[in-house]
Amino acid sequence: MNFFARALVGAALATAAYIVPASATEITFYYPIAVGGPITKIFDGYVAAFEKQNPDITVKPVYTGSYQDSIVKAMTAARAGNAPDAAVLLSTDMFTLIDAGMIEPIDKLAASSDDKDWLKAFYPAFMANSQADGHTWGVPFQRSTIVQYYNKEAFKKAGLDPEKAPATWDELVADGKKLTVKDGSGNVKQWGVEIPSSGFPYWLFQALVIQNGADLANQNGTKVNFNGPKVVEAAQFLYDLSNKYDVMPKGIIDWGTTPKDFFQGKTAIMWTTTGNLTNVRKNAPFAFGVAPMPKKVQGGSPTGGGNIYIFKNKDKAKEDAALKLAKFLTSKDMAADWSIQTGYVATRPDSWETDKMKAYVKDFPPAAVARDQLKEAKAELSTHDNQRVTKALDDALQAILASNKPVKPALDRAEQEATRILRQYQN
Amino acid sequence: MTVGSRFRWNMHVQGWLMVFPAVVLLAAFTHIPAVATFIDSFYSTPHGTKPSHYIGVAQYSNMIADPIFWQALRNNLLYALITVPASIALALIMAIWVNGKIGGRAFLRLAFFTPTILPMIAAANIWLFFYTPDYGLLDQIAHLLGFRGVNWLGDTTTALPSVMAVTIWKESGFFMIFYLAALQQVPPDLYEAARMENAGAWQVFARITWPLLMPTTLFVAVNALINAFRIVDQVIAMTGGEPNNTTTLLLFYIYQVAFSFWDSGYAAALSSVLLAVLAIVALGQFFLLDRRVHYR
Repeated sequence: MNFFARALVGAALATAAYIVPASATEITFYYPIAVGGPITKIFDGYVAAFEKQNPDITVKPVYTGSYQDSIVKAMTAARAGNAPDAAVLLSTDMFTLIDAGMIEPIDKLAASSDDKDWLKAFYPAFMANSQADGHTWGVPFQRSTIVQYYNKEAFKKAGLDPEKAPATWDELVADGKKLTVKDGSGNVKQWGVEIPSSGFPYWLFQALVIQNGADLANQNGTKVNFNGPKVVEAAQFLYDLSNKYDVMPKGIIDWGTTPKDFFQGKTAIMWTTTGNLTNVRKNAPFAFGVAPMPKKVQGGSPTGGGNIYIFKNKDKAKEDAALKLAKFLTSKDMAADWSIQTGYVATRPDSWETDKMKAYVKDFPPAAVARDQLKEAKAELSTHDNQRVTKALDDALQAILASNKPVKPALDRAEQEATRILRQYQN
Repeated sequence: MTVGSRFRWNMHVQGWLMVFPAVVLLAAFTHIPAVATFIDSFYSTPHGTKPSHYIGVAQYSNMIADPIFWQALRNNLLYALITVPASIALALIMAIWVNGKIGGRAFLRLAFFTPTILPMIAAANIWLFFYTPDYGLLDQIAHLLGFRGVNWLGDTTTALPSVMAVTIWKESGFFMIFYLAALQQVPPDLYEAARMENAGAWQVFARITWPLLMPTTLFVAVNALINAFRIVDQVIAMTGGEPNNTTTLLLFYIYQVAFSFWDSGYAAALSSVLLAVLAIVALGQFFLLDRRVHYR
């Protein structure tokens, strides 16, 4: 190609590049699906409503699979210079995204006083997973906590008050013993309780740790506490439920089949996310109750679920459009609608005051249990190099539960491993 | 230049032109990435503002100190050592069975081959149902017979064997097809001669069938072994390496390091080791076993 031809092509490309941004701002928005229901349809509806309010912005919503698939897709796209403008990703992915230098602090974009009020509108328990190093990196969107679901009929049969779920660890053990039913040959027909331990056992375990008055990591995600005396005590209790009190199945309890175990009467109590609320409401063939977590020295649960992140972009217009979208999706009315349609906890107190939400709670009181529990909720375990650090704890927990490893040494090893990984982030 | 040499030269050019597309594809998608991976394994993982830099063999010394790597390697060797001979033996038995003149032969062949047609994810899900504690198929049968249920995938002693069983079930039908084809190539006059000599069934198998099937066995064994080190979808679908890494195989661990931990440098080092293992497996089989294979 001679110089002239090259110059011509260059000019043509430059013109093309110049023409595109002159039209309306187009942004891409990645979102995962982690609960049942017609989520894509709901999202398309939200996007259409947003575009109607903001005719100068076009949103391209992209369904990106599970949470794990979504972070892989978002990060690979960002590395290839084609990052989404906004994405719903796990709140615990925050440090991973900060360390990769991919996301913009939202407080930097949210400059107007209206924007600042918006960032103050959310429950503090949810914001705990959004803030680090003095910045806000994500806004709570589809958030959850762990609650107890219990089978009221099984409670009646066992001679327990069906309106009263276990409120302390001791009651959990005592009720669990009454609820565990064996047949003639010693096979268990119904367990007292199931606390899932596959996939991400750290999350459910963290609830026990919080109840025991401790926590697993610091706010800046640079230090963990995997082997403190209270953590060890919590792990011992989890192990004892299966191996000493005999009220929970031994070995690893699968997260995915726990709701089915509950529906089939294989367990009388299950611990799982509030995100399963709609699922249980539809599928439980018996009267069920939803109760907050039991207490040891206090109640409480870690939060969970996804935040909206805004990815860095040289084009300021796109970042602003992404901010507008995030603001729209987390407004008090949208948060209420999203909560009703999915079972996630509405993320801000004022959305519970909307007429729509009040009517929903009146019709279905269990929906408010998760909200009331937020007072005692803590940030989900999240650190730098998060997946590796949590895997160290997951491995230790599974070693304890599935291969009967002694509790303290297993947790000591997890602490060592996590500390080794986190050393480079402590300064 | 004489006419002959020009013709030969033309032929060379033409030959190269013909293989050119294949060479380009192979190089672009296999060889260059493999070499690049090997080179990357000597660099650190880029971290936000910190670009990657040369760190020598640090990734490899990390690997030696990494207990999960050793467990993955051990799991994988055990996995190969059990699934390969088991699926070959099963394939051979099934092939000999459906090669005989029995009623419903076509149906039987189809039945044995069905697992191969299923996508791995579908097969894994079927087996997940079999393995579900208490109301899964296996435990329901166990309860009927008066045994206690087993938490197949949730127990460290049964998890890896349970995953192996799925592989054997899926692979043996596929290998059966190769054996079936090979069995039909065995000249019938050899069997006639054996019958005239009053050879027993075992003698016929050991002296005629097995030696003549040796090339097929080699082919199947190489494939099975390579597959054993390449398996990943099944682990992702069934266990995610749980519990406590007892079902973590090498390729799954590489996936985890690369796409959960985002440690591309370490993943490159692990990939290089996997490549080396596969190369050794292939070379070893071709050079060592080749001598004992009877080709006609």
